[in-house]
Amino acid sequence: MAAEGMHDDLSLSITIGGDAGQGVESSGALLTQALARGGWHVFAVPDYRSRIRGGHNFFQIRITRRPSLSHSDPVHLLLAYTRETLDVHKPNLAQGAAIIYDDGLRVDGGPLATEGFMPIPAPLTKIAEEHGAKVMINTGAVAAACGVLGFPLEPLVSLLHDTYGHKGKKVVEANEAVARAAYGWAMEHYEGRLAHELRPGRGHMAGRELMVLTGNEAFCLGAVVGGCTFVSAYPMTPATPILEWFAARERELGVVTKHAEDEIAAVCMAIGAGFVGARAMVPTSGGGFSLMTEALGMAGMCEVPVVIVNVQRGGPSTGLPTRTEQGDLLFVLHASQGELPRIVLAPGTHEQCFEAGWRAFNLAEKYQCPVIVLSDQFLAAARKSLPLDALTLDGVRIDRGALLTPSELDRLDDSYRRYAMTETGVSPRALPGHPRAVFTATTDEHGEDGHITEEIDLRVAMMDKRMRKLEGALADMRGPDLYGPADADVTLICWGSTVGPAREALPLLAGQGVTANVLHFTDIWPFPVDKAEAALAGVRRAIAVEQNYTAQFARFLRMMTGFEVDGSVRKYDGRPFSPQQIAARVLMEVGARV
Amino acid sequence: MFDGVNGHSSDGQRRPAEERPHRPSAGGERQHNGHDHGPRHRAADGVLDLKTYASPYKPTWCPGCGDFGILSAIKAALVELEIWPHEVLIVSGIGCGSKLPQYLYANGFMTIHGRPLAVATGAKLANPKLHVLAVSGDGDSYGIGGNHFLHTCRRNPDITHIVENNQIYALTKGQYSPTSEPGFRTTTSPDGVFEMPVNPVAVALAAGAGFIARSFAGEPKHLKQMIMAAMQHPGYALVDVLQPCVAFNKVNTYNWYAERIYDVANDDTYDPTNPRDAWERGTEWGERIPIGILYRREGVPPYETNVSALQDGAPVERDLAKRLDPVLLEQLKRAYV
Repeated sequence: MAAEGMHDDLSLSITIGGDAGQGVESSGALLTQALARGGWHVFAVPDYRSRIRGGHNFFQIRITRRPSLSHSDPVHLLLAYTRETLDVHKPNLAQGAAIIYDDGLRVDGGPLATEGFMPIPAPLTKIAEEHGAKVMINTGAVAAACGVLGFPLEPLVSLLHDTYGHKGKKVVEANEAVARAAYGWAMEHYEGRLAHELRPGRGHMAGRELMVLTGNEAFCLGAVVGGCTFVSAYPMTPATPILEWFAARERELGVVTKHAEDEIAAVCMAIGAGFVGARAMVPTSGGGFSLMTEALGMAGMCEVPVVIVNVQRGGPSTGLPTRTEQGDLLFVLHASQGELPRIVLAPGTHEQCFEAGWRAFNLAEKYQCPVIVLSDQFLAAARKSLPLDALTLDGVRIDRGALLTPSELDRLDDSYRRYAMTETGVSPRALPGHPRAVFTATTDEHGEDGHITEEIDLRVAMMDKRMRKLEGALADMRGPDLYGPADADVTLICWGSTVGPAREALPLLAGQGVTANVLHFTDIWPFPVDKAEAALAGVRRAIAVEQNYTAQFARFLRMMTGFEVDGSVRKYDGRPFSPQQIAARVLMEVGARV
Repeated sequence: MFDGVNGHSSDGQRRPAEERPHRPSAGGERQHNGHDHGPRHRAADGVLDLKTYASPYKPTWCPGCGDFGILSAIKAALVELEIWPHEVLIVSGIGCGSKLPQYLYANGFMTIHGRPLAVATGAKLANPKLHVLAVSGDGDSYGIGGNHFLHTCRRNPDITHIVENNQIYALTKGQYSPTSEPGFRTTTSPDGVFEMPVNPVAVALAAGAGFIARSFAGEPKHLKQMIMAAMQHPGYALVDVLQPCVAFNKVNTYNWYAERIYDVANDDTYDPTNPRDAWERGTEWGERIPIGILYRREGVPPYETNVSALQDGAPVERDLAKRLDPVLLEQLKRAYV
């Protein structure tokens, strides 16, 4: 195992566990960021419960030299803030894994050593009290982990300065003192003892700049460059960070950010803003989306551009509020009464979240319809390291579609008809405020000028016009991406966030003699049937990999193409797939021997 | 005074001829041929009068409906305030009265049941230059939209909220509403209503509204004045309009209201800036029903004045191309290094 550190495929996993309120996630974020500053790639997932105090939480970090696509099991270093952490995570520890815990926890290290682990009882409370304050115990724990890993202390110290700078010099200095003492203690007693080491010069790119951000944050950056000017939402895990992100930067970015009284108000405010010309967005989760369905129909009927982000969590109903699921696919495809044009995107990676951020607004304005972005808790909350050039303005543009320019409006000499019949179904769009383009919209069926009608021919023509827009949108929809060998025995069919762990499962499957690839769909509706069929033509054995009970995408794929998968690997326990879980389940599906 | 039989305005004038330049089709609506839109671009001729707001469409309301008076009053108020059709956005919900934007020439958005205040708020925050009115009935505003009513009161965006309060669900043909009085028999209250009615004045006062007026659809001049005062008030302004439904509400008729209403403006001792007075008048209902400006709070800036993102321009005025500045993206990314 020591040799693994010499390879390009180094993969080291760390788990920090403790009770809610103990700072598990903040410790995890600190260590993750420090590792990235030291030039290592990271992929970290928080695991927490829907409560503020008490109950076991953990944070799992994977460290690699090259970018990774998901977290990975087993765990090589456990940072245990409670005794319960040991019991919960022992089954997922690698042979020889180190376990750091405060020596005050009174853990008997003997049995752990007998089981092949390396218990590291550290005087963390003592160090914190001696060099700073007891509250800084997590700083010491993270520093001790760095020491055990042989990872240099400087990135952590610089991060402590950045993180606690606003609290004043004394706090920063005390934290630094605690970090140095704990690091020194760990180096003194455990340097070189752990099989995996993250010393400088072990192949990582020292000096390379990496950013660490969540899927939600990547989406926010994309929405900013995409011209988002209005965000309204009602707080709902796991979408709340998007609302908070914009609220914190409201003035700086010029994005009106409204915490509404409920999700119905949130989406209606966004539709009102979109109607008058803002690029408006509503982040929510499935429960909030459920409340928005009637308004979704309004946006479709009145041809108002609006972006709704559904960061899915475990359902049904309140379900698993802080956990992940892909249970809303068929729901968002059909939500709201009647038939309306809508566009559905399902980014699977952080880079795709960024892209969906700007693309959604262009599609919404180009086709004058609601655009739904389906993310999920796993993708939204996972922290991933990316080189700065992973998110750029390359290809980013702002396309407002058939929006009439001021000079075009000035030149209007006929009565403006907001819902004028066109070949594409997209009508030239004016915003309220120009004297030559006064118009009304209504959620009733209406004629070209927006006046209510129940006339047969007009009704049919208007339905045709609205739905015809999807024909144009289809050209903008991308086919699935293929990862892995073109020629494979097994194809994992994925959509959204399962692409990461599924791709990471490919080498594991190869190691078991199964050649596999991943076919990943991001553009769900209007469904690019031709592109999908072309990609599916060469598939020998298809296994759907989805985080839901009913293999929703597989059913959808069959509905749209007639293609039937040969099996499915489904997960609905609220926890994200690890590559190892996917590989094991795929092997069971294909009947290979593990 | 008003003519309680035909519902026409108090001066006896019928709707101006230009409101009905087209013969209605059998369905009561104008035939639509997709091309015939009549003269528009009314700002071009520079004359702002009631004709400016005339729509080619004839209302589908019942003869004598209180909504006619409300429509006339809104148009008259807009003309008197010298607001052009392109400068206004009338957001409505669903119900008889919510069809109002269809019957005047101005920007309009007839949304979904109960939600016009939320849509109006979004529109106002995205383009504060628009004069935004929300118009809907008592079921829409006080029933299904009750939560938005409550929160728009305390939020205080510069929106004028006109509620066509006829104490009945009319478009669904006569069910009791949140403002129906105890004992009122309808198809869904065959034993008579035994819920307390919503008092919109008291609710608005408790929820922090800064302007609360009540008027009567049978008094278009008074109603016009109330709408004008509401529009001139910076912030959320409620105009609760007592509106007879001639088809389904045989209790709260034109005469019923006319016998009870009195204008608080005629009472020299009444101080609408005093919330205690407002509470006392606002809760008065029965033998005497006060109309007029029941409460007015001065000096509280509307919501949008405090929205930091609006300090440097509204969303609709933003130059989106500036978002494609590599320096901006670099700054945002640096925060994550």
